[in-house]
Amino acid sequence: MQMRLSRAEYRDIVRSTEQLRPTRQCMKMLKDRFPNHSQSTLLSIFSLEYQKRTKRTISRHHAADVIEGHYQRYLNEAKARPTAPVLLEMANEVDLSPALMARLVLDRFLQDMNGEMLSKPVLNSMLKDPSLIPDQVLAKNIYQCTINDCCYGPLVDCIKHAIGEEHEVLLRDKLKERNLSFLDENKLRTMGYDKTPDIILEVPIAVEGHIVHWIESKASFGDDHSHRTYLNEQFWSYWNRFGPGLVIYWYGFIGELDCQRDRGILLKDCFPTDIVTLCHATHQQSPESTEGGQ
Amino acid sequence: MAAILDSVLSQRIDPNKVVEWLKTVQERDSLPFTDRGITVQKHEFVSFLLNFLREQSSPALAHHGTPAKTPNRPRPAAQTGVASRSARSGTASRSSSRVQLFSPSSSASPGAECDAAGQSGCLSGISNFSSPSFSTSWSPASRPPGSERRHSQRVCLGDFMASPPDTQPSPFQSQKSRKKSMAVGAQWRGGRGSQHTDEMGFGDTGTKRPGREGGGGHGKSREQLSPPSAGSLNFNNLEDFPPVGSSPISPLTSKPSRRINPTPVSAERPRSKPKTCFTSTPFTKPGSPQMGAEVLEGSMRVGSPLSLQEERELLKREKSKRAQQAASPCLSSLEPCTPPKTGVLGGAKVTPELQTLCPERSKVAYAPELDLLAELYCACISENLVPNIFLELFFVMQLLTSLSPDSNDAEVQDSFSATNSDVLERCYLKQVHNCVYFAVTVLENQFELVAHLDKGTLRLLAENERVASFSPTLRDLLIQAQGKSSAKLSPSVSTFIHSVPFQPDTDNRSNFGNDRAFHTFKKQRDVFYEVLREWEDFHNEPGWSFEASLGGRIRGMMNQLTSAGIHSHFARLFLKQLVQMCKGPQMSGSPGEPPDADLLGMLGADSLGRLKRLEERLIQPHGIVGPCPPPSFPGHQEFFRDFIQTSSCCQLNQHLQDSLCQQLLQLDEVSILSPSASIKEEDEDGDMEQQDEKQRFSSVLLLARLLAKFLGFISFLPYQTSERPSREIQETSAALRSKSAPVLDVCAVLNDSVRRRRTILTVPWVVEFLSMMDFVGPLLPCYRTALGTLLLLYRRMQLKRSADACYLNNLLLVSVLGWLFHIPAIPEDFFFTAEFTAAVTVEDGNPGSAGLDCSPLVDQQLLYICCPFLSEFRKLLAAFVSGSTAKSGGIIRKITPTSAELKDTPPANRSQQKLQGELEQAFFHNQPPSLRRTVEFVAERVGSNAVKHMKATLVSELMERGETIFRDKRKSANFSASKVNESICALLCDAGLEALERAARFCDEKSLDAVRTLLPEETSPTVLQTSESITRRLAAEKACSWLSANITALIRREWKSRFDRVMKALGSPGASESVDVSGAEVDLVSRDQSVGPERKAGGEQARACPPGCDHSAPLPSDVLIEVKELLSIAVGPRTDVELPAGSQVKALLHRARDTLACRKFQTAVSEQMLLNSTVMLACKLVTGELPVLVVSSGSDASESEALLPDLLEQLAELWQINFPCPDALHQLFAPLTVTAVLQAADSQATNYLFLVRRLVDKGLLSEEAVLSHWNTLTDMTLPVELIKIFQLQSQRMQLSPPAAEMLKSIDRLQVSQQPLEGAS
Repeated sequence: MQMRLSRAEYRDIVRSTEQLRPTRQCMKMLKDRFPNHSQSTLLSIFSLEYQKRTKRTISRHHAADVIEGHYQRYLNEAKARPTAPVLLEMANEVDLSPALMARLVLDRFLQDMNGEMLSKPVLNSMLKDPSLIPDQVLAKNIYQCTINDCCYGPLVDCIKHAIGEEHEVLLRDKLKERNLSFLDENKLRTMGYDKTPDIILEVPIAVEGHIVHWIESKASFGDDHSHRTYLNEQFWSYWNRFGPGLVIYWYGFIGELDCQRDRGILLKDCFPTDIVTLCHATHQQSPESTEGGQ
Repeated sequence: MAAILDSVLSQRIDPNKVVEWLKTVQERDSLPFTDRGITVQKHEFVSFLLNFLREQSSPALAHHGTPAKTPNRPRPAAQTGVASRSARSGTASRSSSRVQLFSPSSSASPGAECDAAGQSGCLSGISNFSSPSFSTSWSPASRPPGSERRHSQRVCLGDFMASPPDTQPSPFQSQKSRKKSMAVGAQWRGGRGSQHTDEMGFGDTGTKRPGREGGGGHGKSREQLSPPSAGSLNFNNLEDFPPVGSSPISPLTSKPSRRINPTPVSAERPRSKPKTCFTSTPFTKPGSPQMGAEVLEGSMRVGSPLSLQEERELLKREKSKRAQQAASPCLSSLEPCTPPKTGVLGGAKVTPELQTLCPERSKVAYAPELDLLAELYCACISENLVPNIFLELFFVMQLLTSLSPDSNDAEVQDSFSATNSDVLERCYLKQVHNCVYFAVTVLENQFELVAHLDKGTLRLLAENERVASFSPTLRDLLIQAQGKSSAKLSPSVSTFIHSVPFQPDTDNRSNFGNDRAFHTFKKQRDVFYEVLREWEDFHNEPGWSFEASLGGRIRGMMNQLTSAGIHSHFARLFLKQLVQMCKGPQMSGSPGEPPDADLLGMLGADSLGRLKRLEERLIQPHGIVGPCPPPSFPGHQEFFRDFIQTSSCCQLNQHLQDSLCQQLLQLDEVSILSPSASIKEEDEDGDMEQQDEKQRFSSVLLLARLLAKFLGFISFLPYQTSERPSREIQETSAALRSKSAPVLDVCAVLNDSVRRRRTILTVPWVVEFLSMMDFVGPLLPCYRTALGTLLLLYRRMQLKRSADACYLNNLLLVSVLGWLFHIPAIPEDFFFTAEFTAAVTVEDGNPGSAGLDCSPLVDQQLLYICCPFLSEFRKLLAAFVSGSTAKSGGIIRKITPTSAELKDTPPANRSQQKLQGELEQAFFHNQPPSLRRTVEFVAERVGSNAVKHMKATLVSELMERGETIFRDKRKSANFSASKVNESICALLCDAGLEALERAARFCDEKSLDAVRTLLPEETSPTVLQTSESITRRLAAEKACSWLSANITALIRREWKSRFDRVMKALGSPGASESVDVSGAEVDLVSRDQSVGPERKAGGEQARACPPGCDHSAPLPSDVLIEVKELLSIAVGPRTDVELPAGSQVKALLHRARDTLACRKFQTAVSEQMLLNSTVMLACKLVTGELPVLVVSSGSDASESEALLPDLLEQLAELWQINFPCPDALHQLFAPLTVTAVLQAADSQATNYLFLVRRLVDKGLLSEEAVLSHWNTLTDMTLPVELIKIFQLQSQRMQLSPPAAEMLKSIDRLQVSQQPLEGAS
């Protein structure tokens, strides 16, 4: 599977996502259209794009009158068609993430019920476990929304989190396999570091000829926006403290972004194979190295 | 003063007497002339002599660009004017001008210049055109045109050597001023074009490159000679230099053709100095409109309508013509003109017959007088009576490479006529023959000084045909000296890391007062680097401004720091970063600031940027800026300077000052072992330690200079003015400022250093500090005293009297001091002021104490790093070569050596080695500094011990063996002692090479223990192991490099003494020959190789998986994704094709079980979510919302019926193993589920109750819990009927044993359900 995309390929994919909704069905269309790319890469790109889309449009769904409109429409339609996926259809129709639509409507519903705003944790737990919702039709609709959304929702969040964790474990495994000793984030935090990459190598290595002090694992696709954000908030901060390092975008990245190699930030889409470690000079080597040094 | 010279030249006074007088130290400063009753001060005489020589040579150097300038003597402007106007014709005016050179000598006080400046105020015109560019380029803070006044009257030696206006930015303000200076220059050129006076010449030549191109080729030569650095410094401003850019020039224009003079020079002005035409912008490239405009202006002035382009075409033709005539004979000696130079080129007056003219010894006139002059001049140089000996040396080299004016008129004849009665009016240095003769004579005399220059310069000098033809002896000496020149430019590992590592010891939360401060600093650190990176990216781009782009952010940062009160943290970061980036010679590593060619070679082309610059350097010859460049902030230093300036944060500055002061004083105290004390002649070990100490010293010195420069910059920053204030203001300001204590007691530091003989360390950094002074600074008592001390030091430091060992020490001091005396802030009369002789006396140190001054600490490399301007000699000579041998490729050929170093090792190997070196540096980067110190220390000691050990063991073994062999051989027939001696010696030397291997082994063994003992117990095993291996390598490298260089010599020497002893013993009658042969047969290759124990990094134990788990279970995320997919199909909307087969669900549940079993990738969150999802899946299954298909073709009904219970059983087992939180299971009893179950087909309810039963059976739920779950449903809005059924069922369940009663209850449930269904 191709992970390191050229900007053109990436744009092609992004263009195809423009009209898609974050549903199972749309994901399938995307997969069929780009059989050469891994499902995770496509999902990650779509998810990032969809988040951007949501950021652009969410405000217009947050207006009180819009929420009210959504809610009333839901009530009417749910009454008319109690078994139909009313809320999910509505969400797709107004191009709002179903999970977010569920949240809006549930929030509004709870307001009606309790007469006041409920705390966020209550709302979240209901989204996570719709059986807690008193209204069964609503509960069904809510669950339909959250479970069908592949970009937002408690289950998606959990999956993303799990993916991140798993890749960190994988990374640590690879490092151990290579006998590379490192300090991980938790250890660093106890030592009082103010910014902590996933991995700091105790003894630096060279990857493809570039020195690497630290490794950051990103279980997502590296697009312009997220890479820029990461650079500003994380990678450069690591560089500022620990020197040059390596970022692994497990789900690939736009190849053109890998332009800071000489500056000390190297991008990879997998664990590197070309690793040079400090030679532990044994005495067989030392005469040679001495001659070389002269 | 004139009288003395007059007397000497006309042989009325014994020149030796004058030389003697010059040589005597201080006491008899004046020479009484009994015959005339005049008393002459020594410094006055020197000043006069230098002026005289400059003036004499000005015609010869005119075309050359550097007529020399006189030492500073303020001249009243009015007289200057007179002198200038009359300069062209005749003796009278000439002498009058000469008189003016020294007449106002009485006004040697600091105020004098102001007087002079004041006078000049009334002279309009002159005040404007002096040396605009000079004044701007030199001032630490740019001066507006008004300040240029001063230079019109007060020319100083340095002015001539001043860098051209645009080569160097003023250290305080990088741009802005140039435009002004150009404008002024242009104005002057336009308005006063016809004036050609000595004075103007002087004033103006200060603005041009002292190199040879000033008067000669302007356009092209200038272009070629412009240093690449110019691009970074001056051509940024689009307004000033629109399209110049720093791109390599086209091959056509870059051909060395510097002699071609695009300046129209008309023959009507034979004695004029065309150099005055384009002086203020010698570095502009010809393509720029300004340049074009200037040239046009110049052309207009002499009435030439030719455009530059046309002229160039003409020249091109001319040049090729001349190339064909290369062999044609020289013209008359009266038209001296160096080879490829075009002579007259005004309008149509192209003179094709101009030919190469070689200076000839036979054509030298006034040889005896020249000898006398040279003798006096050399005495001045040797006695440090001149302000800057390198300036003089440069002058001499200019004479050597001079081009005579093409004067074919009678005047020249005149000047040559011996009838000229006034000896001082003769033209001693007008003709190139004389110039070269004089130069060669001085060079011979000053050979020792010359011999300490770098190899390249020496080679160029030796290859110089003029030197060869005038003094073959000198050439031979030079060739010899090349061999000795010890410029060792060792490749140093470039620091590729540019950030200051985060060290928990100083940077973690506990070092901050509160969380807010800690987090603020965290942010500011990132902002700082962001700013730095942006600067690196953009500062060379045209139109980019530090203030505009970064000013806001920097000040915002300062506000943040102020509100959190953490300036001290930031100051520490700032300084560390400064040191990291700017310490050492590679500080010029920033783009656009090309390092010196040698350094370039030293660094190797290890990055694309450097390679690119190397390329540029190869096609772009050096620019000659003269030996007195103004103080500057090269490379990254510029960033730090601009940062300080822009932040204008007094808190930060105070912290920086405090820290800089402390660090400086610490460095100044650093104990450096004085190697000479411990060295006995050639003790090899001493040599090795000496190298270490030298390195240490140079690193301390370079660091101190850097810190001192910034301390000076910050301390004098508040007082910097763009122009020299008026005298009144200066005095007021001095009086005011002298009341408060200076930031650093320079005098005390200096005095202490003199007393303890550590001036070699202290003076260079004090010079850097003082070079940052503002105009009033030198007037403050503390600094004035310090300057006085330095001046006295300088005068006492005659190189001729230096011991060999510390010659380079003194050369460095003399060089930096000479440079200091020429920077703009120092009053120009300073050097020739006598006041200090009495005011300050330098304490004589205790001769017994061995200070640093007498240790050979400075080598040529350090000298050239500290004084980069010394390479100007090479550039000057190279430029001459490129000019004179343009056809053969000129300067390009001369630069090739820089890349030679790369050939040492094959590229692949080299990059591997480099990578290893970088990895090593990187390793230390994030470790505590003490680790590195330990490793380096251990390596150094172990390496040294290895050498000692080899001497004690191997060498003595070898000696024994040699003796044995010798005694054996002696018994044989045709024994020849000398032959055998030779062969044994060769044998032993061969065997001695084994020392390398043995030493390496020794280092291996010893390093381990030492490092292990010295590092903290808690050091992690990997770090420890890496430290050990680095130590081993360093130690072995050190030992082996020394051994491979010296072991042979050592063995030879040892053997020689052993052989002598044996021979002596044998010679004596009683010598026995019984030697145990076998005893000497030592197995030299002993001891097997011990490999360091392979220790595996202690791996973290995986979380508790079942025994034998290979962690090959599917990842939780993958399973979660599948379950989610299945659930979304379950809740719909869906199409029927999406429905899963039973086997698929089964497989998924199987995977889920595996995943949950392996803990490796599991987190609490994902585990819970997965379990919850399976519960949800169970709900969807029992409610029939997710129908499961049986796909297998041969499926029968029973299989189909068994499918769901199977799946449910699977789920129950899954939950049994991985107990979900009880909350998760409640979904099974949620109204939603129960309603769905009741609404679905009968089988669903059966399955539902089956599942609940299994849960109870497996102990996942108690019956009470099940009942209470159902009981809560009574609160729900379920149909009353249904509640009754549930309650009934629960009662039954309660009464009957669960297993037996299960089926019954299911039956009841089914029965009772039917009417309900029917009802609905």
